Amino acid sequence: MAHYFTIFFNSVFIDNIALTFFLGMCTFIAVSKKVDTAIMLSAAVIAVEFITVPVNNLLYTFLLKKGALAWAGFPELDLSFLGLICYIAVIAAIVQILEMALDKYLPALYNALGIFLPLITVNCAILGASLFMVERDYNVMESTVYGVGVGVGFGLAICLLAGIREKLSYSDVPKGIRGVGITFIIVGLMAMSFKAFSGLQF
Amino acid sequence: MAKAKDALLDPLFNNNPIALQILGICSALAVTNKLSTALTMTIAVTLVTGFSNASISAIRNHIPNSIRIIVQMTVIATLVIIIDQMLKAYAYEMSKALSVYVGLIITNCIVMGRAEAYAMKNPVYESFMDGIGNGLGYGIILLAVGFVRELFGSGKIFGLTILNPVNNGGWYQTNGLMLLAPSAFFLIGFIIWGLRTWKPELQE
Repeated sequence: MAHYFTIFFNSVFIDNIALTFFLGMCTFIAVSKKVDTAIMLSAAVIAVEFITVPVNNLLYTFLLKKGALAWAGFPELDLSFLGLICYIAVIAAIVQILEMALDKYLPALYNALGIFLPLITVNCAILGASLFMVERDYNVMESTVYGVGVGVGFGLAICLLAGIREKLSYSDVPKGIRGVGITFIIVGLMAMSFKAFSGLQF
Repeated sequence: MAKAKDALLDPLFNNNPIALQILGICSALAVTNKLSTALTMTIAVTLVTGFSNASISAIRNHIPNSIRIIVQMTVIATLVIIIDQMLKAYAYEMSKALSVYVGLIITNCIVMGRAEAYAMKNPVYESFMDGIGNGLGYGIILLAVGFVRELFGSGKIFGLTILNPVNNGGWYQTNGLMLLAPSAFFLIGFIIWGLRTWKPELQE
């Protein structure tokens, strides 16, 4: 249990995917203007990570890894170079299925999420989580925990940023840096404060 | 011809993908602590954007609208796999240093965004130029950030010592912050500030 907790805690705070690996930055900057939309987006990201990381893990373990096709009579075959295209196909397909399922069973949530769901396909945080999962050699259970952790970490960061940006609309920022410029500086400061977590050890 | 030239030069400053369209920032931040990784990334992204734009533009009249995203993804992913395999074969150290960020070119919004916004509507040659231009616009910012980070963070440029650091018997006290993630955010924020002061019509 402690092992899973460490993976979860690491992926939320110490290795926060947005603030230490800079993944999903486009969405992170673009969709953080209001707290409400940020919360919606976080929910969608958590759901997609929860499904795609373990599915990609299964795909990697049973089809792509060197020797994974031994059951089919190809013990020497190493298909891991096909990884990228497989993971992105899995992500695109799962996002599409999730979209259709939500449209049918939870139309209210579907309408609220709107454009964010399809956008998630091209969110690097999703593909990045799958690639890190492969690099760190997680098993199915670990990758599920890791997927949820990455999603929660991304959600936490984007909600915090949205809160700051809402307050910021009252301040008098120099013209040239207004908007995106100042957002970058804020994200930089947030990343510095998240560095403080990296001293934690279990 | 004029159109192709505009397509090539416009993204460098007037419509820079990172500073103005705010696309493809992820890798811009992560690979810029050394100039050599920044340069490799620039070359990789420029090639992928150029060729993905050219090939998507070539088949643009045959792609059914409803499945265009997945078609674009497949073209882009194929190109990225080729780049990834070439790096692994000829520059293994570099490929290790870039770790997952080469693979993440697939989800780099610049590639996807240009395919969707430009290549789907324009002929092959202009699209190719637009792709190269956007790749270079991305590269300019990457190299600028990489230059500052490597020079002040470790006193080096392309691995050659310029400012001799204290721990090496020299005089320069290295700035550790420059090697950490947050400095890239500050630098890009300041670049945006500078660019928008220089060209006031871009302000929000």
